[in-house]
Amino acid sequence: MTDTGVTLTTKKDWTSDQEVRWCPGCGDYGILQAVQQLMPDLGVAPENTVFISGIGCSSRFPYYMNTYGMHSIHGRAPAIATGVATARPDLDVWVITGDGDGLSIGGNHLIHALRRNVNLTILMFNNRIYGLTKGQYSPTSAVGKVTKSTPFGSIDPPFNPLSVALGAEASFVARTHDLDRQHMMDIFHQAHDHRGAAFVEIYQNCNVFNDGQFNNITKRDARDEMMINLVHGEPITFGADGRRGVIMGSDGTLQLVDVADVGLERILVHDRHVDSPALAFALARLNDDDASPTPFGVFRQVQRAEYTSEVDAQVVAASQRYGAPDLADLLRSNGTWTVTPGAESGG
Amino acid sequence: MSDTIDRVDTPEVIDRLIVRFAGDSGDGMQLTGDRFTTVSASFGNDLSTLPDFPAEIRAPAGTVNGVSSFQVQISDHDITTPGDEPNVLVAMNPAALKADLHRLERGGTLIINTDAFDERNLDKAGYTDSPLDDGTIDGYRVIRVPMTSITKEACAPLGVKPRDAERSKNFFALGLVSFMYSRPTEPTLEWIAEKFGSREQVAAANTAAFTAGLNYAETTEAVGHRYEVRPASLPAGEYTSITGNTALSWGLVAAGQLAKLPVTLGSYPITPASDILHELSKHKNFGVRTVQAEDEIAAVGVALGAAFAGHLGVTTTSGPGVALKSETISLAVSIELPLLVIDIQRGGPSTGLPTKTEASDLNLAIYGRHGEAPLPVVAAYSPADCFDAAIEAARIALKYRTPVILLSDGYLANGSEPWCLPDVDGLPDISVPFTAAPNDVDDDGQPVFHPYLRDPDTLARPWAIPGTPGLMHRVGGLEKADITGNVNYTPENHAKMGDLRAAKIAGIAADYDPVEITGDTDASVCVVGWGSTWAAIDAAVQRRRRNGHKVAWVHLRHLNPLPNDLGDVLQRFDQVIVPELNRGQLCNILRANYLIDAQPVSKVAGLPFTTREIEDAIEEATP
Repeated sequence: MTDTGVTLTTKKDWTSDQEVRWCPGCGDYGILQAVQQLMPDLGVAPENTVFISGIGCSSRFPYYMNTYGMHSIHGRAPAIATGVATARPDLDVWVITGDGDGLSIGGNHLIHALRRNVNLTILMFNNRIYGLTKGQYSPTSAVGKVTKSTPFGSIDPPFNPLSVALGAEASFVARTHDLDRQHMMDIFHQAHDHRGAAFVEIYQNCNVFNDGQFNNITKRDARDEMMINLVHGEPITFGADGRRGVIMGSDGTLQLVDVADVGLERILVHDRHVDSPALAFALARLNDDDASPTPFGVFRQVQRAEYTSEVDAQVVAASQRYGAPDLADLLRSNGTWTVTPGAESGG
Repeated sequence: MSDTIDRVDTPEVIDRLIVRFAGDSGDGMQLTGDRFTTVSASFGNDLSTLPDFPAEIRAPAGTVNGVSSFQVQISDHDITTPGDEPNVLVAMNPAALKADLHRLERGGTLIINTDAFDERNLDKAGYTDSPLDDGTIDGYRVIRVPMTSITKEACAPLGVKPRDAERSKNFFALGLVSFMYSRPTEPTLEWIAEKFGSREQVAAANTAAFTAGLNYAETTEAVGHRYEVRPASLPAGEYTSITGNTALSWGLVAAGQLAKLPVTLGSYPITPASDILHELSKHKNFGVRTVQAEDEIAAVGVALGAAFAGHLGVTTTSGPGVALKSETISLAVSIELPLLVIDIQRGGPSTGLPTKTEASDLNLAIYGRHGEAPLPVVAAYSPADCFDAAIEAARIALKYRTPVILLSDGYLANGSEPWCLPDVDGLPDISVPFTAAPNDVDDDGQPVFHPYLRDPDTLARPWAIPGTPGLMHRVGGLEKADITGNVNYTPENHAKMGDLRAAKIAGIAADYDPVEITGDTDASVCVVGWGSTWAAIDAAVQRRRRNGHKVAWVHLRHLNPLPNDLGDVLQRFDQVIVPELNRGQLCNILRANYLIDAQPVSKVAGLPFTTREIEDAIEEATP
């Protein structure tokens, strides 16, 4: 095993020899590029890095990374990754999942990995559609969505992935999108460096089954009015020259205002480290009406006990308390008696 | 047993005794039975136990459904079963009498807590008239004791509230029976002091009740004769009393030590497997990590992830959990990593009989996966054997990089027996090396790591763990190319990989010793057993042979792959009978594999076989 000190690598060191097989034009390519380009900046070694995925288009991801990896079972990546990380807290463990994999079949594992705060970097590719199975609605598809399995429109209200993560006590919650490599790299970097479970939702375009789902938000000409860039310690503004801003109304809801109308001092200042998840939760749902602008960046980052460290600490504490393992002692621990040769009994 | 009431100081020696303690779920019968067992074990008796309790934590008090029983056989000779018919039944209430009286041998001793036989309790148990007066208990040696009121009286000077005092009546019963059958008393008094030390009143009440029971038996003529079961002439050695779940837990700890690997357990609570999670959680100083997962699927996922990372990955469950884990076990078959899946079988289908025993998951273990997904199946046959079975299952998993299903059951899990401790230095080394360097060269002659380049002897693939430079590789559920492990969908490769996976598992049988035949190799009948039926078959075969009949017996440790010589061995016999706590699952496998006319002996009642049932089946099969 190598020391996990700073390791000098290039993007090539992180790229496997396998041909990438997503549909041409898929948003997944941009995400893969961002991760591969980021890895040398992290100062870690490929052999100490593990990518675990579930099933779905995004879950092919590990095959393309020259690291240890497992393309596992639909929905189960957070559970398997929990096993890897618990056994080996020395490793960097990434989870690659999608909206169907992570929020539908694997919802239980996702929320519990977040609750436990396992040291994982979880990237959820949200394209609001089932791609690999060729176009059924997903748990993030909007009501009314017409797909192969909803010819009359979906009647399922969708999940908001960040609300789910915040509700599950996630200690790091962020959102980025597949058209901005620098932003992705910045968010992934912070997620990686966070000690605990880091959850990143990535708006990702499926150009075959759900093309343009995020165009009204992430296309260059829409960004000014429809994207809010969350910056810790800064007023939450958007629009050309920060003309617009977010305030909290007297009823506790967030409202969008012209900054000039209310004054900059009334605009909410983003605090990702605040103990209460309430503001992060409200921000995460700001665009639930599909008309309001969508916040991107890190919504929440708090420090709390990390699972694998706690497991390790108990192992270390037990070793100190009970000493070196002695199997013979263990077998005697419930009391014993001795039968001597020739005698009928002992005591 | 004698009807004569004469006080003698020297107890009469008997060679064995079967006692059944029966009462309400809240009456502490499991604890009482366990104390009687532990004391008898340390006294040197051979013994075997059968705890029998409802699935409900507190079934409606006083009802037959709420009866909790504990049967134990102690003897001065080698025994394997808890006995068919109790010699002594302790009935703490009417429901217990109703539930268990039919089990008591004719003329057996019936000890009754008369205080509990009031109208309300009689009604709850479904008696219209008191069975104490209507002839129901005629023909038994009945000892009527107002246990509740004597216990309350004994506790009164201690200032214990009558309601709390009443809860100590199980210790009164234990004291009574302990005196009648000459059990050592000091260990129980010490145990009470230690166990309840922090709760002084409880300790005092239990001590007072136990002592009152002893004194009552000593001074009351009603109890009559004293008996003694002398220590058994067990092989020399150091012994402990052990349940199957404890033995299995320690076997897993030992397997980790013998493999020189940390153990990571992923588990979700389920009866009757949870005790393994509890036990392993105590042994972190052995490097054991336990994760109580969010569900059964996550539990096996944690174990598989740990295996990928280089630990001995284990998951423990019962039948419903195995069903949930099935998809992940198939992944483990595909990515060829060591994984232990432990199934403590219980009555099914569905939730079934969670606290009752059955061995009906054999088909599930052997076949219960999608695709062609063969894996080894190992079964434990006695509580103490769970230790060895766990090590054997781990050995196979590690050597062949495969998931292994280890079958135990509720009877083994909770039953206990004396265990002659093994010499830990004599336990096998089951360690396997991790791959540390490239194992092949590419087309340009450069060193390269190929994760599916197999060991030519075992067909196991290399186990290269994260953290090893230069061996980075990806595994997954998609079909892999032979040697390189790259995703490959070609027909030829898929056929080849299926053949290789099957051949690897089949090859495991090369490790086995030749099939061992117990009894008469020239008998016309051969009994084939597996799992916990061992005890009843052992007793039945011994009894048949003592009575001058020839019988052969083969008990299988490995259910998949079966021993290579098993077919030849079984063809020698005119009759092959297969007692199983299912509807003939192994029997069908033997018929299919060897084209022999094996006949099932089935019991699916949530209870183990009695010796008599096996004996009758052998007799019926004998020409």
